[in-house]
Parts: sequence; structure tokens; C-alpha cells
Amino acid sequence: MSLKVDIGKALHGFTLNARFEAPAGITVLFGPSGSGKTTLINAVAGLITPDRGHIGLGGRVLYDAKSGENLPAHKRGVGYVFQDARLFPHLSVEANLNYGRKLAPTPPSDAEFDRIVTLLGIGALLARRPAKLSGGEAQRVALGRALLSGPKMLLADEPLAALDGARKSELLPYFERLRDERALPILYVTHSVSELGRLADHVVTLETGQASSLCRPEDVLADPKLVQGGVRAVGAMIEAVVVAHHADGLSELVAGGVPLFLPKVPQEIGARLRVRIAASDVILARRKPEGLSALNILQATVTGLRSGDGPGALVALHTAAGKIQARITRRSAKALGLDVGVAAYAIVKTVSIAQEDVGG
Amino acid sequence: MSWLGPEEWQAVALSLKVALWATVLSLPPAIAVAYALARGRFWGHGLLNGLVHLPLVLPPVVTGYLLLLFFGSQGLGGRVLEAVGLPLAFRWSGAVLAAAIMAFPLVVRAIRLSIEAVDPRLEAAAATLGASPLRVFATVTLPMAMPGVLAGSVLGFAKAMGEFGATITFVSNIPGETQTLPSAVYSFLQVPGGESAAARLVIVAIVVAMAALLLSEVLARRMARKVAGA
Repeated sequence: MSLKVDIGKALHGFTLNARFEAPAGITVLFGPSGSGKTTLINAVAGLITPDRGHIGLGGRVLYDAKSGENLPAHKRGVGYVFQDARLFPHLSVEANLNYGRKLAPTPPSDAEFDRIVTLLGIGALLARRPAKLSGGEAQRVALGRALLSGPKMLLADEPLAALDGARKSELLPYFERLRDERALPILYVTHSVSELGRLADHVVTLETGQASSLCRPEDVLADPKLVQGGVRAVGAMIEAVVVAHHADGLSELVAGGVPLFLPKVPQEIGARLRVRIAASDVILARRKPEGLSALNILQATVTGLRSGDGPGALVALHTAAGKIQARITRRSAKALGLDVGVAAYAIVKTVSIAQEDVGG
Repeated sequence: MSWLGPEEWQAVALSLKVALWATVLSLPPAIAVAYALARGRFWGHGLLNGLVHLPLVLPPVVTGYLLLLFFGSQGLGGRVLEAVGLPLAFRWSGAVLAAAIMAFPLVVRAIRLSIEAVDPRLEAAAATLGASPLRVFATVTLPMAMPGVLAGSVLGFAKAMGEFGATITFVSNIPGETQTLPSAVYSFLQVPGGESAAARLVIVAIVVAMAALLLSEVLARRMARKVAGA
């Protein structure tokens, strides 16, 4: 099952143009506020009508300007998790969860209901009213409600944006689990680099209405033009496996045979994680450093050097753990004689791998 | 209520019956019109709005006279209804129609305001969960607008209880058939020695109106709490 989008829509001040095909897994729609992300998924949901083009899901036509086909929202079979949970305030949590379930062409069974309630950890909330839920709880119920409507695809519009840091990390694992189940394509809107790093299988970037084709997340994370905050926010994503939790509060991970030390992560030994390493957290050395407090030192080869107008330079490196980036000054790059093909050591300070940037 | 004479009691009972029927019958069209005015974007929106509010601003006598023209025994509507066994002219059923039309703008207004207060984003959420527009209305919009529906009903009931001008013009003032409480007060004041009967009816009118308002207040508060989910 994949989602095909090829649409145009005139908005206030700019035109939305998008053309991509999202396969199973999570496709992140990434871009700054006001770039047309929400408009794009609202068009997929059937909440707004594009001016031209075509939207197809699997073999079904959801919208086609030429044939005049425009399936109303309630017939699209598309689950939607909104930024503001939008639970029905006059219904209990249980009635909210059952709202779409009763209307599904093939209603999810009681066993499926129990499975999703358990997965989301909302069993104790069933009798409550939405007004009595915390933001994180409400958003989990909203996710459950969307999943129980028997959707053929899931849309999520910045589902974590309204939550504080702790609530964010409470909800992220549920989306990761959905991604790994691979049951349905997920279109996930965000402007957060760390959410992109943790969740994305594919990325479509948006800039004032212009959508890119399908990109790889590591390419987006490494591109200062795409990442909000520019070179400061650029970074790399590394896949790693948890191998040990040490008594001194550190967790040991291995990526491509290279050990990485992080402040203790909650995942069990054997779990596969994505670790994001911001370019500004990486220091470079030509010789293997000794007597250094940093624990994570990776042997690397320079694969690219990019310098802008400012004093900074962005160095792309290849390591056994994967591609990473380092942001250093142009002066240092010159002093170290860095160039493509040169061997170097990348030093990542343990503490600089922030908790919220770690995910499985 | 033995202190009420048979004629007075008759007027009170008739008024309650007329007001109740007028409220019940005007509610469904009022909800439909209120929804159309609150959410609809269609040609004639302003015209419909004006038409609905007309009885509020026209002299009640004019409304009554128009009713008489159209629904009287010579009028087109009157003849049709008479043919199906529902004569209105000089019947209590006519009083129901007059009261319903006079109360209609108030009922529509209250319901419209409460529908406008329902977050359309909740309706959009319901649509993405597979609910057709009709189901969205029945399961989200209407339940959430219920305090307004209730307020409108009580307001409509009170207005129907007190309706005088259009009623007396359309169906006259026949004891036992169309002599509602206000008409009875008017009649008693026309005859010497009728002041005490009129005073008793005035007390009844005040008690009924107060009771309706208090009841609606209690119900609305309870319902608002339920809708807000607290």
C-alpha cells in the first residue's frame, strides 16, 4: 500500500505543489511553519480540496481533478491524529475510542481494541472524560481512536508539538512501534529535527509550498539549507544496538562495530536505536587524541567539505558507524589540512547526545 | 388549585397545552434552520435569516392577520389542512401555530449561537473517523449544542405561554378553545369585577415563567458540565 500525491493548491501568498509517492513506513513532511505541511495532509484527509492533480491510496482514487472524483473525508479510510487531540469532550475515553471503530467497514475486533489499548497504556483511562486527561494521555487516546477506525493510512499533524519534553518522549515510542509494525503508511508532519531523526523512513521537505520528492532522512539532516536553524542544527543519524548498561550510569551501544557511550537509555539490551549526532557536537583531530575526557572517538575519513560565507565549515565524514558531520571553523579546517580523503578522528562528547535525540 | 375558577383553570391548562405543542413542533425545524444559518454557505442565507426573524419585529397583529389570510378557512394553506382533517381557524391548533411562529425566532437564535460555538475542528475529526455529515451532526454538533437547544426551548415555551397579539387575531378568544392565559387576563379586565380573577391568572403566569427559567438554568448547568466533560 502506498500513497501517491500529485497536487497543486493556491494558498494565501503562495502555491502548494507536491508530487511524491509515500511507501509503507513513516514519511515525514518536514518544513518550517507556514510552508504548507498541514494543507498537504488535509488534502490527503479530504478536509480541503486541491485545485488540481491526483491523490491515490493503494489502488483507490481519493481525488482526481480530471475525472472529478473527490471522495469525502468520511469515506477515505484515513486516520488522522491532530496536533490538538480533538477528543470529543462530551464522550468518555472509551466512547471516543469506539467512535470510529463502529463506523469502520470491517470494525476492529475486541481483541484488537484490547491490543491497542494495552499498546498505548490507556486501559486505566477508559472511564474518564477527555477534560480529565493530561496532554500526553489525550494524545495517546487520539492515536488509539485513529487506529481503531480501521484506517488504511495514518496522518499525524505535529502530534507532539503541543506537549512538553517529558510528554514528547512518552509518546514517541508509540509512533516508532507503529513504524516498525509496517502495517500502514504514515504521513507525519513535523518541524522538529529530532522527531525526523527518530521516526523518518523517508522525508518530503516543504519550503513555501514547494515539496521535494522522497528523500533519505540522513541526507535531510546533513543539509544546512533544509534543517531549520541552518548549520547549527545540522547533524547525522546513526543506527546503534544497546549492548550494556553500566553501573556508572552510562549505556554502551555499538554502531558498525564502534562502541558509543550514552547517558543511560531506557531500552533493553539488544534494542536497536537511532542516535542523532549534531554537527556542532563533533570535534575533529588529525591524530588519535589521548588524555581526553570525551569517551566517543571515531576513526573517520573526510568525504566532503562545505564552507559558507561565515567563519564556519561543515565537514562530512565517513566512519564505521555511519556518516556523520562536524561543524568547525574554516580556520581549523585549514590548520588541520582537512580535505576530501584525509583521515581524521571525530570526537563526540558523551553528554552531548541528548536524551530526546535518542530513539528506537 | 381550587382557588382558580373553572374558566381560569381552563385558560391555564389550555395555555400550557398550546405552549408545549408549540415548543415541541417548532424545535425540529428550528434546529434545522439554526444549523443552516450557523454552518451553511448558500444563496439566500440572508433572506432566510430575515424571514425567520420577521415575527420578532413585525407587530404581532400583522403576523396574526397574515396567518388568518393564509391559514384561515378561505386561505390556501387553511383549505389544504382542513382537507386533511387539521382545521386551524378558531381552533386551539391554530393557537399552537401562532405561538410556534412567534416563538420560532427566539428558539432559532439560541440554538444557532450554541451551534456556532461548537468547534468545527471536532466535526472535521469526526469526519476523518468515518462519520457522514448527518452522523457528525447527530453525534457531535447536536449533543454539544444541547445547552443552547434547551435554553431555546425554554425561551420558546415562555414566549408561547405569553403570546397574545397574533393568537387573538388569528384564532380569536373563545373560552375552552382558544382563550389562552393572556387572552383570559385581557377578557377579565374588560368586565366589571374581573380584577381578582385576572390577578390570580397573573400570579399563575409569573409562577410558570419563573419555574421554567429556574428549571432551564439547572438543566443547562448540568448539561454544560456534561458537554464540557468535567
